[in-house]
Amino acid sequence: MAVLVIADHRGATLHEATTRTVHAALRICGEVDVVVLGTRAQEAAQTAATICGVRQVLAAEDVADLVEAEEAALVPLAEHYEAILAPSTSVGKDLIPRLAGRLDVAPISDVVEVVDAKTFVRPIYASNALETIRTSDAKVLATVRHTIFPPAGKGSPCAVKIIAASAAPTTSRLMSAQQAKSDRPELGSARIVVSGGRALGSEAEFRAVLEPLADKLGAAIGASRAAVDAGYAPNDSQIGQTGKIVAPDLYIAIGISGAIQHLAGIKDAKVIVAINKDPEAPIFQIADYGLIGEYQSVIPALMVELDNVGR
Amino acid sequence: MKILVLVKRVLDFNVKVRVKADESGVDLTNLKMSMNPFDEIAVEEAVRLKEKAVATDVLAVSIGPAQAQDTLRTALAMGVDRALLINTDEDLQPLAVAKLVATLAGSEKPDLILMGKQAIDGDNNAVGQIVAALLDCPQATFASSIEIEQDQATVIREVDGGLQTISVDLPAVITTDLRLNEPRFASLPNIMKARKKPIEIKSAAAFGVDLAPRLQVLRVSEPPRRKAGIMVDTAADLVGRLHSEAGVL
Repeated sequence: MAVLVIADHRGATLHEATTRTVHAALRICGEVDVVVLGTRAQEAAQTAATICGVRQVLAAEDVADLVEAEEAALVPLAEHYEAILAPSTSVGKDLIPRLAGRLDVAPISDVVEVVDAKTFVRPIYASNALETIRTSDAKVLATVRHTIFPPAGKGSPCAVKIIAASAAPTTSRLMSAQQAKSDRPELGSARIVVSGGRALGSEAEFRAVLEPLADKLGAAIGASRAAVDAGYAPNDSQIGQTGKIVAPDLYIAIGISGAIQHLAGIKDAKVIVAINKDPEAPIFQIADYGLIGEYQSVIPALMVELDNVGR
Repeated sequence: MKILVLVKRVLDFNVKVRVKADESGVDLTNLKMSMNPFDEIAVEEAVRLKEKAVATDVLAVSIGPAQAQDTLRTALAMGVDRALLINTDEDLQPLAVAKLVATLAGSEKPDLILMGKQAIDGDNNAVGQIVAALLDCPQATFASSIEIEQDQATVIREVDGGLQTISVDLPAVITTDLRLNEPRFASLPNIMKARKKPIEIKSAAAFGVDLAPRLQVLRVSEPPRRKAGIMVDTAADLVGRLHSEAGVL
């Protein structure tokens, strides 16, 4: 038996979450296939075929970018696999439990460790506890917290097989998509993330402070829930239990106090820097480096110092 | 239009959870419990749809122990019409919960099933999607806007990289995200009135569905702690340490 990884892709571009999920899949079993569904799937499949350890890639283009259509395409494939995994992106989180319901399997969300083919570790209570669970189902359906796993390497390309899509129900229709355009790295996989909180006071100030710093560092921009709720930053930049989970090499939190639910989203960062004027801010309890001060004076000084080390 | 809204009693979001010393689970003894915040958003949306005369009947359902009646009282105080407790002392997993909801939907015939996108205890983010699969109906997860027009719902979804608008035929399952609305605080008179309203109670076992857990919890442990690092006084010191000590610049 083998493992099937459902690719996440935006048109022809394969999301890095896919290769990280393949890494997790290889911990279950050595036979890993990847399936790419939807618009420009065949192009994205070419990238998927070069992921090290992948046996074959399946691609179907005539599948609408809607969960019901994806489900219909996957159900006939399911019997060939002992496990079906997807990254914990919005697509994976939408799809895996639905597919599990269809197959009468208990889905497993947000796997952070593969103990064996049936046993997994996953976070609960905003990552304040970890549960180790063993499934008694014949099949595993799981989302993988991809940021925890390193990308699988690159190898020589395997075969890409075009599959026919099944007829899908027509009870849902995609009306429009507003994708935020950005030249910056994607938040979930960026090596450096700079992030702002409500202390920044306005959308204009949020951008004026964070954007030059992010440009200088080649960083992605994140935000606390409070900053997003206040309208300073777009919803998809929210980091925390209910937003994005990040694991960059360097996370710089500016004017973020560090609510439990925000800390849940940054626990796996390698180095956390906190800049806050409140010495009692909880974020200092988990930061590797803390600097107490007003961001208005600290950030300009930081910019100058970064110049000095050639950033 | 009839709405079924699901509410879960969970550890209050402000309380930090404690892991039991024997790693058999978490210790909730004497801790404050509240309605799952995402479900509160779902209740608020259902009540608003009723106030706009889109919905005519809103039924709140909780699955859990007798104390979950408190959570249903909160929903009643916020403005739902009826409340049902599906009583069980077991900590049911999402698949079992979804089977109960799907069975209930078979007799109640709601046009819309609303619930939070995830409960903040198990963080599974699964029940809505499973219910939709079991009922073979469309789903719209992570909703930040819901417009109902006749037998369709137009939903703006919060997805990676932006927003997505989909239209789904009713009946449908919609799970709510943070920015859909700001739930009201129930007024004191409404809280008093809610105390007198009846709550129907049915036993989970009476639904005749398979509730056995498929996932065996082997252990619940504390995650590795990050320890506090060092405080620096200047930006120069910070950049110097990030560069030479941490090696991340």
